[in-house]
Amino acid sequence: MAHEKKISTPLIDEALKNLHIGDKLLITGVIYTGRDAAHKRLIELIDQGKELPFDIKGQIIYFVGPAPAKPGRPIGSAGPTTSYRMDAYSPKLIERGLKGMIGKGMRSQEVKDAMVKYKAVYLGATGGAGALIAKSIKKAEIIAYEDLGPEAIRRLEVEAFPAVVINDIYGKDLYAEGVKQYAQG
Amino acid sequence: MREVSAAEITQAVKGLFIDANIDLGEDVLTAFRKALETEESPTGKEVLNELIENARIAKEEGVAICQDTGLAVVFVELGQDVHVTGGDLIEAINQGVRQGYQDGYLRKSACHCFTRKNTGDNTPAIVHLEIVPGSTIKLIAAPKGGGSENMSRVMMLTPSVGLTGIKEFIVQRVKESGANPCPPVIVGVGIGGTFEQAALIAKKALLRPIGSTNPDAEAAAIEEDLLKRINNLGIGPQGYGGRTTALAVHVNMIPCHIASLPVAVNIQCHAHRHKEAVI
Repeated sequence: MAHEKKISTPLIDEALKNLHIGDKLLITGVIYTGRDAAHKRLIELIDQGKELPFDIKGQIIYFVGPAPAKPGRPIGSAGPTTSYRMDAYSPKLIERGLKGMIGKGMRSQEVKDAMVKYKAVYLGATGGAGALIAKSIKKAEIIAYEDLGPEAIRRLEVEAFPAVVINDIYGKDLYAEGVKQYAQG
Repeated sequence: MREVSAAEITQAVKGLFIDANIDLGEDVLTAFRKALETEESPTGKEVLNELIENARIAKEEGVAICQDTGLAVVFVELGQDVHVTGGDLIEAINQGVRQGYQDGYLRKSACHCFTRKNTGDNTPAIVHLEIVPGSTIKLIAAPKGGGSENMSRVMMLTPSVGLTGIKEFIVQRVKESGANPCPPVIVGVGIGGTFEQAALIAKKALLRPIGSTNPDAEAAAIEEDLLKRINNLGIGPQGYGGRTTALAVHVNMIPCHIASLPVAVNIQCHAHRHKEAVI
């Protein structure tokens, strides 16, 4: 990782210009959680012309369904889930001002195209490091879809949340570049 | 006939799932440390160090290694001279899962296929029951996360493709999975049997300790070759590029039908959790 950059939310286009694939980020501020079921509902609201439960302009959605919090803690283990399941939904949210997504795993061409067109980034958190990642989450509050349990939308307050830039606004892809660099035979 | 109470089974299953989800096996940790020595990618090394640190935090604080605490897979080797008393075996296991996921602050991930409504207690458990000689019960709790399970496949190959075709299919599966299943992965392979048996022996292959040698020399040679080829793919830890795509490849092989060549690839993420107990 070439750089370690501190960024805060909400994200602005100017800040995104400085982010390149492979950059290590420490994110501070508010981020929102959402997985398959919550995304489905958000898109239904958009299709019906209704308001979303939070203003997504400039925001980051973290693809996570946390484990229950032990007493006295804000959250349980909270690592990323695989992102491709959100591919069908993400372009519509990016079009409406979503600036960042945190997950793990490859995204579709449609999502990558939307990130270039509307200026948004896709960030990787270390999958399976949920206990470590939870350390950077200081507060968690359910703001929508409580009935979805682990899949409810949560507003998280994070401090120095570790992530890596996988797709930047220039259309580059860390997964493709990384494999190219290390593939043999 | 030795009697074992259903309550005792419930208690054991509960403890095993909590333990499995919090305490990563020493074989996995050893494999992380070994990979650190050979990994060339700085980002890859950083990820491996994060995984070691994550395991330490999880154990120390008694929290789940990964938020995806899995569907509750249980392998039962039931001695034929055991009589389960005071309840039904499967319900005793489900009760253990229910209690373990509740009391251990583990995520409940079981849901209805279409409505996606959560069952609320991570049941039903996926129970694989085998009757064996003896008067003990061996229970293996192996919580399985969705991300790596989604990348797994069963394929009915044509016998003419032979071992070359089998290897090609397995390497291709890992390649196409890329970053999705949380590499470095453990690749469980089942060759032979029927459609469902191939998948089951692939999953069982995952339970063998990492770093152990397959007693079947033919399978051991396949494992060695596959591990090399998979680690030459360049996917690396978390798919960010690197040398460590898989920590191990484990192959189980049994005879198949003269018309068939079933192959199953069960991909396991680095949060490779399983604990066992004998009652």
